[in-house]
Amino acid sequence: MMLYSDKVMDHFNNPRNVGVIPDADGVGEVGNPVCGDVMKITISVENDHIDDIKFQTLGCGAAIATSSIVTEMARGMSLEEAVSITKKHVAEELGGLPPAKMHCSVLATDGLKAAVDDYLVKNGRPPIAGPILSEDPNFDPHAEAIPTTPEACDL
Amino acid sequence: MAQEESRTIYLDYAATTPVDARVLEAMLPFMSERYGNANSLYALGRDAYRGLEDARERVAALIGANVPEVVFTGGGSEGDNAAVLGISRAAVTRGRGAHIVVSGFEHKAVLEPAEYLGKHGFEVSIVMPRPDGVVYADDLRAVMRPDTALVSVMHANNELGTVMPIKELAAVAHESGAYFHTDAVQVLGKVAWDAKDLGVDAATFTGHKIYGPKGVGVMYLKRGTPYEALIMGGGQEGKRRSGTQNVAGAVGFARALELMEEERETENPRETALRDRAIQGILAMPNTALNGTLDAHLPGTANLVIKGVEGEAMLLQLDNRGIAVSTGSACSSGSLEPSHVLLAIGCPPEIAHGSLRLTIGRFTTTEDIDYFLDVLPPIIERLRAMSPVYARMFGNGS
Repeated sequence: MMLYSDKVMDHFNNPRNVGVIPDADGVGEVGNPVCGDVMKITISVENDHIDDIKFQTLGCGAAIATSSIVTEMARGMSLEEAVSITKKHVAEELGGLPPAKMHCSVLATDGLKAAVDDYLVKNGRPPIAGPILSEDPNFDPHAEAIPTTPEACDL
Repeated sequence: MAQEESRTIYLDYAATTPVDARVLEAMLPFMSERYGNANSLYALGRDAYRGLEDARERVAALIGANVPEVVFTGGGSEGDNAAVLGISRAAVTRGRGAHIVVSGFEHKAVLEPAEYLGKHGFEVSIVMPRPDGVVYADDLRAVMRPDTALVSVMHANNELGTVMPIKELAAVAHESGAYFHTDAVQVLGKVAWDAKDLGVDAATFTGHKIYGPKGVGVMYLKRGTPYEALIMGGGQEGKRRSGTQNVAGAVGFARALELMEEERETENPRETALRDRAIQGILAMPNTALNGTLDAHLPGTANLVIKGVEGEAMLLQLDNRGIAVSTGSACSSGSLEPSHVLLAIGCPPEIAHGSLRLTIGRFTTTEDIDYFLDVLPPIIERLRAMSPVYARMFGNGS
């Protein structure tokens, strides 16, 4: 049984920072409707810090919740801090995710990384985010599934 | 709002049904004072035995079977496993070829035993349903071999509600000398089901889809059909299913089936009308479509796609408002693949992720459907507004 934590349900039911920043400094869109998940992050940047951030997501409860929390985590961070947010951080911040849903947090961090790199490249600077995991055609979302909840350990 | 949150609008009767109070009443004595083991010789055992055999006779009469052809099991998945594995293996020992045919949108309780046989010396052919959600006799004929051992095609598809021409399919199997099994858990009680008329060799039923208890089912096994038992031990059920019989469950199954039969004439049109009300209401929203033909269909089942939303998100939002439905989205299943049923009828994955299955049943009211139709559109609009690709993929809905 896949059970979501209260915090996942809170972010799913009351997602923070939904929308698109007009004339955003950086835009990241990752995922694929065929797989069922698409996430778009727009950021505005001041002094290499994320000044504003919004998201749009097509996806399940976990996809929406991880998108929402990643925008809260990243707001105010330096660009380097933002791209170092991992799926594990996202899952921990949400009080755990079912193992089958860990790929949703990859999508959320990938969306953020893509937006940061988009901003840097547009401004003639080198990208810093490293590989975007979910864009690799051989990406296996289950390969690194980390049990993060007690029930996950029973599997 | 608080009142709304406490109500439950159950629209998932194909997943399971509540036990009807009249069924529970029939079962209770066998869970208390009539507790004997139906295999014991003393009075208490004989009493339980009479309860069990009475249930068997009533079930046999209602499905057009001879009494010894009714085997009580532990439910639908057990029946499917037992029939597919048990008949295929035994048929081979009687000289049939190690070849079986199953349809491409069977329940996993048929598909996985078929895959298992495929890894253990059998060849498995798949007959695909057409886009209308029906498996046709001509398509089955095309994959038959002269020595095929078993064909298994479900009577009604659990996700779509489409009904297969079982009599024709069984006849095609028999043309080649193959045995024919049908997973009939979804149709039982909803159509007049007669083993002799349909001409099937084996069929699987379960109690909890007909307002009976979970954990009890029936396998119809026609006399003379080769069969090796899956569960061995005590030799119960004519050595076809060992284990102390669940007498209360069998009695509940029989009572539940009687009620389905008694009420079918009034209940089917009632459920069909509610289903059509729900379908019309959903199709009034932009970018929605119905899956599967309604020409051959169960009364209470509707499967639709709500394009541009992900099914699990929709399911959870409906759950917040007290509505229970089902979806074929990948995310709801814990896998990354959307429903194999929707893929089998040619539904593209990006559309299948937004499928919605409603199943209406005995206790569904018009008010339930109207409440659902009030609640659904704002949820869909909100999820579509949150999607980065909806406008791009489907326009603004006009």
